[in-house]
Amino acid sequence: MLEIRDLHARVEGKDILRGVSLTVKRGEVHAIMGPNGSGKSTLAKVLAGHPSYEVTGGEVLFDGKNLLELEPDERARDGIFLAFQYPVEIPGVSNAQFLRLAYNEKRKHLGEEELDPLEFKDLLKERAQIVEMDAALMSRSVNEGFSGGEKKRNEILQMAVLEPKLAVLDETDSGLDIDALRIVSEGVNKLRHADNAIVLVTHYQRLLNYIVPDYVHVLYKGRIVRSGGKELALALEEKGYDWIKDEAAEGQPSAVGA
Amino acid sequence: MVQATTEKSSYRTAFDAMQSADEHALPAWVLRLRETAMERFEHIGFPTTDVEDWKYTNTGAIAKGAFAPVAAGAGEELSAGDVGAFLAPEASSRLVFVNGIYRAEFSATENLPAGVVVADFAEAFAGEHESVLRSYLARPSDPETDGFNALNAAFLREGALVYLPKGAQATRPIQLLFLSAPAAQAAAVFPRVLVVAERESAATIIESYASAAGESRSFTNAVVEVFVGENARVMHYKVQRESEAAFHIATTNAKLERSGVYDLTTITLGAQLSRHGIGVRLAHEGAECWVDGLYLVGTGQHADTHSLIDHSSPRCASHQLYKGILDGKSRAVFNGKVFVHRDAQQTDAQQSNKNLLLSNEARVDTKPQLEIYADDVKCAHGATVGQLEEEELFYLVSRGLHTDLARNLLTYGFAEELVEKIRIESIKQQLDEAILNRLHARLEV
Ligand SMILES: Nc1ncnc2c1ncn2[C@@H]1O[C@H](COP(=O)(O)OP(=O)(O)OP(=O)(O)O)[C@@H](O)[C@H]1O
Ligand SMILES: [Mg+2]
Repeated sequence: MLEIRDLHARVEGKDILRGVSLTVKRGEVHAIMGPNGSGKSTLAKVLAGHPSYEVTGGEVLFDGKNLLELEPDERARDGIFLAFQYPVEIPGVSNAQFLRLAYNEKRKHLGEEELDPLEFKDLLKERAQIVEMDAALMSRSVNEGFSGGEKKRNEILQMAVLEPKLAVLDETDSGLDIDALRIVSEGVNKLRHADNAIVLVTHYQRLLNYIVPDYVHVLYKGRIVRSGGKELALALEEKGYDWIKDEAAEGQPSAVGA
Repeated sequence: MVQATTEKSSYRTAFDAMQSADEHALPAWVLRLRETAMERFEHIGFPTTDVEDWKYTNTGAIAKGAFAPVAAGAGEELSAGDVGAFLAPEASSRLVFVNGIYRAEFSATENLPAGVVVADFAEAFAGEHESVLRSYLARPSDPETDGFNALNAAFLREGALVYLPKGAQATRPIQLLFLSAPAAQAAAVFPRVLVVAERESAATIIESYASAAGESRSFTNAVVEVFVGENARVMHYKVQRESEAAFHIATTNAKLERSGVYDLTTITLGAQLSRHGIGVRLAHEGAECWVDGLYLVGTGQHADTHSLIDHSSPRCASHQLYKGILDGKSRAVFNGKVFVHRDAQQTDAQQSNKNLLLSNEARVDTKPQLEIYADDVKCAHGATVGQLEEEELFYLVSRGLHTDLARNLLTYGFAEELVEKIRIESIKQQLDEAILNRLHARLEV
């Protein structure tokens, strides 16, 4: 489904991604871990098509198409979804209105009928249950004044509405309380199926207890320096990143990703 | 400072003809007031950009515009259907003027609570409320300082009187509609509105300006005065959506008595050049006003708002929020002054002007000013000029919204605070459409 080959990207003239390769197949869950500043969010934003990030090398194929040629909105309509690490607040735009527009853009893209506000309301109600989202948050402006946890939950609600093929969840677990983490994780699990794929960016093993990854990758200084199964996350939890950093410094070859 | 003398003489010619035509029809004080004002106008002329208050707004095109004052007969072909499109369905009474001339056939004044008067000036001059007009309009000791105001007074003839006696509650809105219609020679019209809300009365006024035909050229020079009595409440909407070839100059002055409440919302969508001067005087303790507005302009449009909130008594509050959306090659000016006199202790004055530039060619000059002579006050003011936030835009497009739609949605979000405030559904709708249509989008919630 997703094929990233030797991807290089820079922001503000600074090289951040320095040769990322990663293959994600349908039905898989990949976790990307790595120290702060290693480029995880950058990778996520490059996939989503953020204009500030300049791709300087490599390629990305999504369902065989050259993803990098597409505008961000085209990517989204084709089924890419990024749950932001820091979702922005959009004053004056109601959450429900925004979600309906986004949903209808996708329906149109698929050649389906748009939903009117009433029809959409029912759908939204149903999807909101997946993440146990408070109905009051729907009529409020997008993320405005939402707590950190509410913002994250809202991201997954959007995922539930848009049903992407590939969802990149950038630290969706950060900021969620223990119960919310369970609820949101269970929600993500409900949205998982054999035809979609999920890339989880996280710092914590805890999330991976709920959403069990098929592969775990460590991104360090703009490269995937190690890949393994879910036990890699446990090892990181226990030992931290120093050993990985040492290995990387010594230039040891790391296990090749999936 | 005096310019365009040839035009002035055309105003003089029309003026002289009007004076002799009205010689026996109108009270003598009206003729005298007009004569004084005409002389005043001839003395001061149209303002030029040398005048500080008009620095950014060049009215030369009006001075040179060959507009014909009092274009009687124009717009006669308008049908009730044509006019209907401009009526606010929420209003149960209305006065309609076409090119400045009152049109009884489009107006309705039956549905008013006892004692409330909504009358055109011709009727008011002839009736028992002539004294109301006289006491509020004839102020010989108060010469006009602004050429446009002087010219409006010189052509004082047609207008709207809204009179609310003590305690009267006009629960349904009252609409005053000023339509411009194409004329052989582009018309100069001089609407005048007088609202007198005596103590404990309440009313909602919708003051609308529109062009009946698409691109007609016209010059509207309006003066509106609102007197808010003790504990009276006046909600006032001014909606200007004249053609983009029109010139619109307007003055709104309000004076508030003890604990009077005045809530003004202005919507500026039309005209190639518009200028709205607002003066609100919080004359007695406990008065409170809201002066809010939205201007939405595109290529070829210039919108200027000048406001003065005058706190002359203690414990008054003023709230001002103006938002501007500028697209294409457009220009806006906002100059808001809050003046707090020495005696006006415990004043609460808030003022904010926020502008959204949708293009690199749009330009705004904003200047909020506070002038405070009291020491125990709570005052805040600020102005911003910005563009759509890239991160917000990316957030929306990353959910699959086309860029145009995302931009419109953000623009709508910017205006929402003001749209939300509007209590008249039809105005709200017009505004929704204006924001979204101008930006070519569809949005239904
Ligand atoms: N828009 C930007 N402008 C300047 N520098 C940026 C920008 N975005 C990212 N960077 C820099 O790129 C590097 C990688 O950032 P990125 O956000 O991808 O890290 P991360 O792995 O997601 O970190 P964290 O775990 O803290 O979220 C950092 O040094 C960061 O400061
Ligand atoms: Mg990050």
